[in-house]
Amino acid sequence: MNIPLPDLTPIIPEIIMSIVTCALLTVEVFVKDKTKDFLGIICIGTALAVMYMIPMSQGVTFGGMFISDGYSSYFKFIFLISLILTILISFKFIQREDAEFGEYYSLLMFATAGMMIMASSADLILLYLGLELMALSTYILAGIKRHDTRSNEAALKYFLLGAFSSAILLFGISLTYGLTTSTNIYQIAEHLKQGETSITLLIAMIMIICAFAFKIASAPFHMWAPDVYQGAPTSVTAFFSVGPKAAGFAVIGRVFFIAFESLQMDWTAILIGLAILTMAVGNILAIVQTNMKRMLAYSSIAHAGYALLGIIAGTTEGLNAVMTYLLIYAFMNMGAFAIVILLEKGENIKDYNGLSKSHPLVAAMMLVFMFSLTGIPPTAGFIGKFNIFMAAINAGYTWVVVVAVCFSAISAYYYMRIVMNMFMKPMEAEAKIYPNPANGAALLISLLMVFIIGIMPSVVIGYTFQMFM
Amino acid sequence: MTMEKYVLIPLLPLIGFCINIWFGRFYQEKAHWISILAVLGSFILSVITFIEVLQGKVINYDLYSWVISGNFKVSIGFLIDQLTAIMLIVVTSVSLLVHIYSVGYMHGDSGYYRFFSYLNLFTFSMLMLVTGNNLMQLYFGWEAVGLCSYFLIGYYFRKQSAADAGKKAFIVNRFGDFGFGIGVFMVFIYLETLHYTDIFANIHTLQGQTINILGFEIGLVTLIALLLFCGAIGKSAQLPLHVWLADAMEGPTPVSALIHAATMVTAGVFLVARFNPLFSMSETAMMVVALTGAITSLFAATIALVQNDIKRIIAYSTVSQLGYMFLACGVGAYGAGIFHLFTHAYFKALLFLGAGSVMHAMAGQLDIQKMGGLRKYMPITFWTFMIASVSIAGIPGLAGFFSKDEILWLAYNAGTVGRIVWVIGTIVAGLTAFYSFRIVFLTFFGKFKGTHEEEHHLHESPSSMTVPLMILAVGAISAGWVGIPPLLGGTNMIGHFLEPVLGHPHVHGTHAEEWMVIAISVVVALGGIFTAAVMYLWAPGIPQLLGRTFRSIYTVLWNKYYVDELYDYTIVRPTKWIGSRILVGVTDGKIIEGIVNGVPKLIAEFGERFRKLQTGFLQHYAMGMAFGLFVILSLVLIFVKQ
Repeated sequence: MNIPLPDLTPIIPEIIMSIVTCALLTVEVFVKDKTKDFLGIICIGTALAVMYMIPMSQGVTFGGMFISDGYSSYFKFIFLISLILTILISFKFIQREDAEFGEYYSLLMFATAGMMIMASSADLILLYLGLELMALSTYILAGIKRHDTRSNEAALKYFLLGAFSSAILLFGISLTYGLTTSTNIYQIAEHLKQGETSITLLIAMIMIICAFAFKIASAPFHMWAPDVYQGAPTSVTAFFSVGPKAAGFAVIGRVFFIAFESLQMDWTAILIGLAILTMAVGNILAIVQTNMKRMLAYSSIAHAGYALLGIIAGTTEGLNAVMTYLLIYAFMNMGAFAIVILLEKGENIKDYNGLSKSHPLVAAMMLVFMFSLTGIPPTAGFIGKFNIFMAAINAGYTWVVVVAVCFSAISAYYYMRIVMNMFMKPMEAEAKIYPNPANGAALLISLLMVFIIGIMPSVVIGYTFQMFM
Repeated sequence: MTMEKYVLIPLLPLIGFCINIWFGRFYQEKAHWISILAVLGSFILSVITFIEVLQGKVINYDLYSWVISGNFKVSIGFLIDQLTAIMLIVVTSVSLLVHIYSVGYMHGDSGYYRFFSYLNLFTFSMLMLVTGNNLMQLYFGWEAVGLCSYFLIGYYFRKQSAADAGKKAFIVNRFGDFGFGIGVFMVFIYLETLHYTDIFANIHTLQGQTINILGFEIGLVTLIALLLFCGAIGKSAQLPLHVWLADAMEGPTPVSALIHAATMVTAGVFLVARFNPLFSMSETAMMVVALTGAITSLFAATIALVQNDIKRIIAYSTVSQLGYMFLACGVGAYGAGIFHLFTHAYFKALLFLGAGSVMHAMAGQLDIQKMGGLRKYMPITFWTFMIASVSIAGIPGLAGFFSKDEILWLAYNAGTVGRIVWVIGTIVAGLTAFYSFRIVFLTFFGKFKGTHEEEHHLHESPSSMTVPLMILAVGAISAGWVGIPPLLGGTNMIGHFLEPVLGHPHVHGTHAEEWMVIAISVVVALGGIFTAAVMYLWAPGIPQLLGRTFRSIYTVLWNKYYVDELYDYTIVRPTKWIGSRILVGVTDGKIIEGIVNGVPKLIAEFGERFRKLQTGFLQHYAMGMAFGLFVILSLVLIFVKQ
């Protein structure tokens, strides 16, 4: 029997990622501890090469299971950006944290490959495969500090709850398959367009929503996030808060806009509820946190809530706004985490007291990221929120936007508190910083992008859309 | 996005600002280099641009759009036409000279680098204001120059009066900008665009539309024009919002010269000139502009007659001259208004910088009654100050004469309103000559009236200050030569240059009448100077005699018509009373405090409760997820009727 080889062009980026990662895993044994940074540099090089390749490898392959189009390319761009920034902030940090195992970089690469497969999958089974590749890597990453109980706890919690959500997802997928006799997203859409809806279908869809809500840390499926974010090493937390979340939005966009298009009324209603609850939980609980990483965890929950508004809008404008938002969010959040990593003690909010006196430049950068996360012009955060809110208003969900703006105002409280601590509170102890070129590069990239996107959004956004879509 | 060199004109000062504000503290005393180089770059580019415009090139393009949402588009764009080209020259040249002058004047100041970075920021803002091709950018520049003005007036913020003056300028401008803001909104609502070209292309559609406000039918065009004019009144210190400018003299003198004489305060005139198609459509608006200008110019000139603070006299003179420019715009002579703006920038900046040089020698003394005879101690300052005074007085041959004459002649030709403002303008010309020479005679002539110690200190200022004075003096003499009227053998180049943008009013008067207008204004100016000479040189007893005889008039003028007191009683005190009693006591104390403290408290309490859900137990989290799924499922099943 002669099985023809499927067209591999569209999947080449993922293949390269996987091969390089496997190679790294084997080579890592022979690399001395001193030179492990080298592995990270290879990863960055690979990521850049893959980023360059993505626009050239478009197409559908594997019998319609794998699709590489503008949409997936753009998300892959976001994943790779967050991967590169994560590696940059990791170099010296994981040595400090005593977590420098060769598999650290490999796991980051595997997780990214998983996300890329998620973004490209046109089939629920492939989607699940990518999701698990990502999830399993992230579980281990959360527990990479083997001797730290918090890190272990985070990994275990993440794993068990993740398994729980996977079960829900599989349940939803199997119900969908039973009703539509297909797992292909486009065939499901075809089938559903014939007007057949049933309670079972709704149940299936709700289960899929809930599983995805877990991935983007949307309330009430967010509870893992604060514990995991706090327990995991900070660089890993930075990665979690951007990559997997973006991947979650990538599949939400694909599955709901295409497969469940005919049920838009229903999922919109559910997502509105989830979005408002998410914004409420994220913003309100962020206020009472005293730990920086926990606060940023809740803040990332809140941001998932804002981003959901773009999905709720249900329009191309909304989807584009979500994509832009996630890109912007990647830069500003990575920037904030880079500062946390830069400080010797950056875990507690009171560690930031009087930072402007001991390290004015660091404080000024943190100020920019906090402004951006709040959404104050001329930073990129404003543009992101503006686009999302505008898309939702144009789609007729003005009241949801009003709610979102109120929560956004609340968010100013906890972001500005950091600023106030840095600039107005007296210094308690001289803060010690660990500057290094890689972290500096990550900070510089984030800072520049926050300003450039904030000041000339249409140029940058237009360019990235043109490049990848 | 096309990058062209025009972008660099405002960008260079911005870069200078960024560098100095961040790193200035490391090289304190050398901060001026970066600032001066930045402005010099802008100036050279402006000259190049001006030459291009002179050759007939008009640039209008969007650099990029910041936010686009439906019709609403916020872009950064440049419109460089004849009007902008003139403004570019004015702003960059005066700014450059003031920068250089400040090297000497601000020497040894503890905030040296801060001062230069603010000057750069101001220059950037002002250039954004004049180069923008849309109202949004104008508004941005408008607010930004206001902010810089606030920073610089309150530059010596440890001094209470300076801090207060900064606040006063900012708050008084709020009143005008409120109207201006509404005007901008109305333009957008009715024309759905903020770009000048689109606005002017569609403006005729507003003709005849009215809007009902409190039962009055008001023409839309008139309303928008007057709202925009509100902003101009505030920024250009016209009645009734003129009160801030005199107090603004608390700022360092170079600031007064740059911001409060040559550039920022003329933004209002620029606005009216830029929107000339709009203003020209409404006779009412034109009349309001003309009369506001005329009355302000008379009002301020009379106050200037009796003041003793050298900077305040010049400040009132500025208010008066700005009134002149509005008067010109109001009679449709926009070109003449801009011409006067152009010449005024040089002689008024020169007056201020000369006053600064005097203050430098007198260790900060401002009272002209305590000066005298400075001529022999500081000849350069004296001669340049003299040139500026001759120029502003309107003596033929110097800059001020040509622009003032152009305005008076065009006003004379503009119907009834025109005749009225012509008469007022002519009177003001006489008063201007008088008070300008009053300063000259009291300061530079006669005997020194200060202490011996002060006399000992008298010296000419360093060359970094005198060179800008001399360059400005050249401007104060020759700036008017670009607008010599045909009657005097010229071709009125600037008028023709600006014609494509500002038009040219129809003139029907005869040559004889034009000669008459010129003759009257020259006679009046000479009369003013002569009177000043009599009163302050030859018969120094007369002023006191007059002061005693007309005590009541003198007191009213001395107290600037009690406008500050009026505002204090009608606005400031009631506001403060309401503020302290009602706002602080009830609204702030109970309601806002309640909300501000209550809401976060409530949220925090809420958060604490919620937080308890975050137990850390895995089982609870799994329960939470299951519960969430269950609730969503039940809600959907309940609400979806199958």
